[in-house]
Formats: sequence, structure tokens, C-alpha cells
Amino acid sequence: MSTVRVLVGTKKGAFVLTSDGKRRAWAVDGPFFGGWEIYHLKGSPVDPNRLYASQSSAWFGQLIQRSNDGGKTWAPVGNAFTYGGVAGTHQWYDGTAHPWEFKRVWHLEPALTDPEVVYAGVEDAALFRSDDGGDTWLELSGLRGHGSGPRWQPGAGGMCLHTILLDPVNPGRIFIAISAAGVFRTDDGGETWRPINRGLRSEHIPDPTAEVGHCVHRIAMHASRPNVLFMQKHWDVMRSDDAGESWREVSGNLPSDFGFPIEVHAHEPETLYVVPIKSDSEHYPPEGKLRVYRSRSGGNEWEALTRGLPQRDCFVNVLRDSMAVDSLDPCGVYFGTTGGQVYASPDGGDNWTAIVRDLPAVLSVEVQTLR
Amino acid sequence: MIQVVLPPHLRNLAGVEGPLVLEVAGIATQRSILDAVEASYPVLRGTIRDRVTLRRRAFVRFFACGQDVSLDPDEAPLPEAIAAGKEPFLIIGAIAGG
Repeated sequence: MSTVRVLVGTKKGAFVLTSDGKRRAWAVDGPFFGGWEIYHLKGSPVDPNRLYASQSSAWFGQLIQRSNDGGKTWAPVGNAFTYGGVAGTHQWYDGTAHPWEFKRVWHLEPALTDPEVVYAGVEDAALFRSDDGGDTWLELSGLRGHGSGPRWQPGAGGMCLHTILLDPVNPGRIFIAISAAGVFRTDDGGETWRPINRGLRSEHIPDPTAEVGHCVHRIAMHASRPNVLFMQKHWDVMRSDDAGESWREVSGNLPSDFGFPIEVHAHEPETLYVVPIKSDSEHYPPEGKLRVYRSRSGGNEWEALTRGLPQRDCFVNVLRDSMAVDSLDPCGVYFGTTGGQVYASPDGGDNWTAIVRDLPAVLSVEVQTLR
Repeated sequence: MIQVVLPPHLRNLAGVEGPLVLEVAGIATQRSILDAVEASYPVLRGTIRDRVTLRRRAFVRFFACGQDVSLDPDEAPLPEAIAAGKEPFLIIGAIAGG
């Protein structure tokens, strides 16, 4: 029988939720690192017991924790994130030049083939890589140094590198996304980078079709088709069929095309999930109804999934790293809210249950399917 | 030997329960004490002061003999009672955030 392990990062600690493959009864372990913000934790795809966690606080800064036993025990590893070369400047909110300053790790992405290799997306935006299980970190500084870095500007949540997608077919290809700069791609393992934002349109920036400056909230891919990318932008849900060379809008009939997470079904590459949020100033669902929207056609045509989700008086948000899928059949879909609920659907989104209801505000959700 | 009291989160991180008792080389100052703390507990590097600039983190404060010495120069000598180990050097997580 399979086991599903859900890794939940919250404003005040990490939690590990486990169930058998039926996904009906859940054990809750934690909090780990109680009182600390856990922006993200994720397991290695080649060694599922190897987990990495980003632990931070406004008081005591950034730590990285590593587990070799699936989250039962943890040990701190390296936390020296030093920008390569001259740190340089990016744009501040008022348009002036502002020095790059490390603040925190938003996202950890273990490599697809080696559990000792892990990438870290940080604020102020940069990508780091460790080849020794997190003990030491080296910036892939070609990203900040390719030319557009001085024009990047923070979004409301800070200038964070929040998404790292590793291409399973082309080992040198990595996609990353930054708020509010956009999407960038390397084809040589992180040496050289370029922006890939053609087709994005952001009305709230001086040049709506600028090469950089777009507030991309999240991108997603299906492992079987890495040239097809989906994006939840600040406003607009977008799609690329050419590895990010061009994008087109697929918001279709969504009640709002603002939102944070976007996820792809484990077995159906054209089935997508988003959680529409009313607006950028009202970070809660339209009409107080928490609805996941599913498209089975790769976008444009969306259906509301409501069964088991609160359909009145619900004013939580679902943050960008807070949705994930398992790889069982039928595919399980999971998301966490700023109200501390983690909802799960064991049937691709048709039916939902809160598998835990009263956690601190959820910052991230990752799922491991253990055979 | 000098006594250093850590805030609870850093005690957990360092895996200690009571005050640290440390040999500090030379004159007891904020810098020499923190050098000794970090040498004995490398996991605390970056949590009290910046790794590179050695500037105190904004929400961390230092107290010695009832006085907030956070804004004093980090190489200023601390009171004799601290140097003699009669009073602890306190590292405090500031009350911040409401």
C-alpha cells in the first residue's frame, strides 16, 4: 500500500501529515521548528527520506534544515548565502537603485537525480545551488548578471525568486520565476540566463509588455511535457507551448484571473488547477466562496470545484507554494490556506476534505507519494 | 569564564538548556563574546549578527548588568562583572511585531 506524506510549511513551524493511499485518515506530526517561519520544505525525488526545509525568522535570520529520515529528525546545515561578485543594485519601489540584500530562502528544489544537489530561490532574488546536501551554497550569479537585474523591482511581498522548475528531459534547462521581474531560463545548467516573458501583459507597469518587470506568481509544468508551461501571473493565467519563448492568456471563464498557485494533474498534462482570488488588494476568494478551478483543456475552459470547500464567509488566501499533487491514481490534489486549513481531494478535485484545520497560516504544501 | 544567556529559540538551535559558559580570549567585548559563542556553536553563525558585516541583527539586543548595550561599539569593554563571570551577558530577542 502506498503512503502519502504532505509537508506543510507555516508561519510558525513545519508539519508532516501522513496517510495511506486511501487518503482518508491522516496523522499530524509537528510542529517542527515551532515559532519559526517555514517558507518551504521539500523532499528529494530520488531519496524521499532526504528532506530540506527553509527556516527563518525576522529575529534570527535564515537557517536550512536537512532530514535523512523523512522528517522525523532534522539537523541544521549551511546558511551562508553570499551573493557572487559585486552584489550590485536593483530598483527599489520608488525607482531608485537599491543594493541587493539577502533576506530569506523562499523555495528549495532538490535535484532530479542526486539527493545531495539542491537549489535555493532567495529574496532578494537570486538562485543558489548546493552540491553537498546544503552544507555550502554557491550563487548561480549569471542570472542576476545577465543584464536586466538592475531593472528588477520587488513585488508587495518582496523581490523573491519563488519558483524553480527543473527540466527532466534537458538536464541543463531550468526555469525560474521572480516577483516582480518575470520568468527566466537557462539552457546550460545556470551559467547563462535570459528573460522569457514575451506575450505577458501587465497593465500596472509603465510598459505593459516590457521584457522584465512582470509579477509572475507561479509557473508549473508536467514532467512528461516540459516545453509546456502554465503561469499564474499577478493578473492573468497564461500558457506557453514553446518552453517560455511566447505566452498566451488562458484565463477564459475564471471569475477572477488573479491568484497565486497553479498546478498540473499528475497524469493528465492538460488538466490544471488554480484558486481565483478576488483582487490584488483583497486577498480572499470572490464572494467568500473557496473554489478551486479546474481546466481539463489546458486553460480557457474552467469549472468550479466546490464539494467540501466552504461556500460562504470564507476569506482566506492560498499562497503561491501552497498547492501540490500526489502521483496516485486517481490523482490527489492538496492546498493550504492562510487560515491554517490543509484541504485534500483524493479524486482529482471532485471532493475535498480539510485534513487538518487549525494550523498557523500555511506558506507551502508539498506532497510525496511513497510506494 | 563568561556566562552567556541565549534566547529560547537559539538555545533550542544550539541544543543547550542553561547559560553558555565560555572562555573568551582577551578583553570581554560584544565582539569577543560573540566570536567565542560562534566558535563553540557554529550553528549560531548568522543568527545573532550578520556573517559578513558582523552587524547585530535588527531584532536582537544585548544586555549587560541591567543595561542595554546594543548600541555601544562592539569592541567596547564590557563591565568587569561580565568579564569575571559574575553576571551573564544577555542576548535577547527584541519585543517586536505586536
